[in-house]
Amino acid sequence: MAVRGTSVLTRIAQAIPVLFGVIVISFVLTRALPGDPAVQFAGIMATPETIEETRAKLGLDKPLPEQFVVYLGQLFQGDLGQSVSTGRPVLTELASRLPASLELTLSALVLSCLVAVPLGVLAATRPGSWIDQICRLLVTMGVSLPTFFTGVMLIYIFYYLLGIAPSPLGRLDFIYLDPPHVTGFFLIDAALVGDWETWFGALKQLILPAITLALFTLAPIARMTRAAMLSALSSDYIRTARAAGLGSGRILYGYAFRNALLPVVTTLGMVFSFVLGANVLVEKVFAWPGIGSYAVEALIVSDYAAVQGFVLAMAFLFVFLNLVIDLAYSLIDPRFGTSGK
Amino acid sequence: MVSRRNFLKGGAVLVGTLPFARSFSALAAGTDTLVAVSSQTVNSLDLHRTGTNRASYQIAVNCYDRLVSFGSKPAEGGGLSYDYSTIVPELAESWSFSEDGMTITFKLKSGAVFNDGSKVTAADVKWSFDRAVSVGGFPTVQMKAGGFTRPDQFEAIDDETFVVKLDKASKLALPDLAVPVPFIINSKVAMEHATTDDPWAMEYLHTNTIGSGAYSVTRWDAGQQVVFERNDKWVGGPTPPVRRVIMREVPSAATSRALIERGDVQVAFDIPDKDAAELAGKVTVHSTPIENCIHALCLNTKFEPFQDPDVRKAIAFAVPYEAIFNAAAYGRGAPLWGGEAKATDIAWPRKSPYDTNLDKAKEHMAKSGFANGFETKLSISTDLSSWMEPAALLIQEAVGKLGIKVEIEKIPGANWRTAALVEKRLDFHLENFGGWLNTPDYYFFWAYQEGHLFNSSNYSNAEVEELTNETLHMAMDDPEYAPKIMRMIDIVHEDLPRIPLWQPALNVALNGAGGYEFWFHRQLDIRGLTTVES
Repeated sequence: MAVRGTSVLTRIAQAIPVLFGVIVISFVLTRALPGDPAVQFAGIMATPETIEETRAKLGLDKPLPEQFVVYLGQLFQGDLGQSVSTGRPVLTELASRLPASLELTLSALVLSCLVAVPLGVLAATRPGSWIDQICRLLVTMGVSLPTFFTGVMLIYIFYYLLGIAPSPLGRLDFIYLDPPHVTGFFLIDAALVGDWETWFGALKQLILPAITLALFTLAPIARMTRAAMLSALSSDYIRTARAAGLGSGRILYGYAFRNALLPVVTTLGMVFSFVLGANVLVEKVFAWPGIGSYAVEALIVSDYAAVQGFVLAMAFLFVFLNLVIDLAYSLIDPRFGTSGK
Repeated sequence: MVSRRNFLKGGAVLVGTLPFARSFSALAAGTDTLVAVSSQTVNSLDLHRTGTNRASYQIAVNCYDRLVSFGSKPAEGGGLSYDYSTIVPELAESWSFSEDGMTITFKLKSGAVFNDGSKVTAADVKWSFDRAVSVGGFPTVQMKAGGFTRPDQFEAIDDETFVVKLDKASKLALPDLAVPVPFIINSKVAMEHATTDDPWAMEYLHTNTIGSGAYSVTRWDAGQQVVFERNDKWVGGPTPPVRRVIMREVPSAATSRALIERGDVQVAFDIPDKDAAELAGKVTVHSTPIENCIHALCLNTKFEPFQDPDVRKAIAFAVPYEAIFNAAAYGRGAPLWGGEAKATDIAWPRKSPYDTNLDKAKEHMAKSGFANGFETKLSISTDLSSWMEPAALLIQEAVGKLGIKVEIEKIPGANWRTAALVEKRLDFHLENFGGWLNTPDYYFFWAYQEGHLFNSSNYSNAEVEELTNETLHMAMDDPEYAPKIMRMIDIVHEDLPRIPLWQPALNVALNGAGGYEFWFHRQLDIRGLTTVES
């Protein structure tokens, strides 16, 4: 356990230069973006003087290196700056929006794993059968249907035509109040205070967007599971296990599946990071107050602090995610050991 | 009117004390709550803050009062519209101009109270006006349009008498007090939250409404919703019929459309022309042409071929106006082509004397110094691509017939203002300007005077400069006013720095709501909304 602790610490230490790099790059990139925030925020009828006034107010009249030093100073105090477009600290903004995105993404991933992994396993054990064909069909559909299309189609069918889905109006219908903020995940927060009415309200809102995202993420997971299972099933140790007369269940789940899990977990990590970014379209369609739509809006109006904050938060998330995946590797496959590479 | 009052009394008794409870059903409440959706996001509750966006002006409109407001009239395209020609009292009970027109004395309504119950005094008005002219940025510029630039122009004589001194008499002064900017703030509460770094309490007003308006914001979830609750003691106008209005942000037009068609929301505000055209007949749709607003094709005078008057006319005759109006605006708004050769009155926006006529266009092109054509870029903004892109494609095709090779350049939204309006470096581009104050001279001031922001064509004409300066503050019933305006219109229609395409519309769909009124600020005025059986 002590060895693992050190390896975790080494990993975190290794992340520091990465994060610093991200800070520098996000700072430089936002400044290199076309568009002038002073013009944007000076309002619709700006005169040259008011544009200059606004520039000074935003601190953008200073030379770039000085701006960077100021920014670094703020960062060390845990201050991500003030978002000009929303007028609130970026940290508050991220804290309120990140959980919304994470709740959606995680539910979608859980849902898609529940479907994709068994489907992949079944398809691998019966290649060429009807279940394999269904798997192929679902995978092709998931890859080829863009999320905004699936989203609008689901709304059209389940809300507009059938009327069984709730109004696609964000995380909670306006007849409920937000549960008290603990984690920011409505399902968890509502459950914590035992408010099951709100819990069901939040769940109802979550279903359609989660299915939309799940359909999209299903494809890579199912395909990776199928491929990994196929190669595991045809490997030597499985033949040996079979020759030794082990039960088929034990062979399939005890040996083949466990070995096939490694690439699946890797894919899962990639899909997760990928989906957090791809969320934007689903968030727009379902009026979901997530981090993706926030970042896109900030980018459109050149809201530097907000864009940098978003990039930084994502970087943190990825570093953390990679750490978790590495730890998961060593749990799944003891050969990975604990040498913090 | 009578039925509305009765309805109100009944409604107030029934629902007056209902809390915003967890189990409260907005739909079941019916007459009590309205839900409106809009794709725009409110980013501040204070219009005066730097960076406050257009959608946030609705807070100033609905939660604060101004001294005066505009009357209303039936609107073209359905519903009501504000009436620029009548000024009505809001917080002021009456007002009078001095002989020379340079001093306006306002008498405040004695029963006016803020949402915390305290009385509205002239000192509050003074503080609010001082704030508007001092904070800089958009509010200060807008105040300047009416001639208000310094705090010493405002004086609180006693609790209910407020005096404004102008540097020169202007017809824009009183209307400029009816725009959303000079809204009146509870200065006592604001000052409690002011600090030396923040003398105007910007931080506090950003998240709190402390006005005397018809509604107060009881809940604001940035990026999601604003909840308005009625102030029953409002004296600014007839008591609003609806007690609570929930403004939800729905970015996707398809989602808004599903919601309004199903009737789960009662108002879909500012919907795209396409949805308005297709929803008409299913639900109530009001498409009001926006006053003093024109979508235009701009020819930059810095670009050599556009310095040739025949090239400009050739393009004006080549533009397929009708096709653009149908493809880009789905026929919503008002056409601005095929008018008389000379202006006969001061109506504005008005039809230009040009119409699609390829033969005439070719004649002009042949006469010009660029008979063999030239190459250029037609620039459009990605943010406004819903109308700019179809319009640009049709223009590209049409001027191609004159030998003008056009490449369409899409400029990202963030860069658009800098390129088009500040640097004014786009040779051939589409542009839109709408003036809040509805007079032609005000439009000319912004769009045709040299160096001004919306003059993206770098147009400069000595006579237009002079006439605009002369007419800007002149009373509209002055006998000299109309001839001067008609002269200005004729000059710019001859010179064509901007070729008018059409007057765009603001589209609103209602399903179970009524009483919609169009305003020049293009925000939803919830004060007159009613619920109706759908």
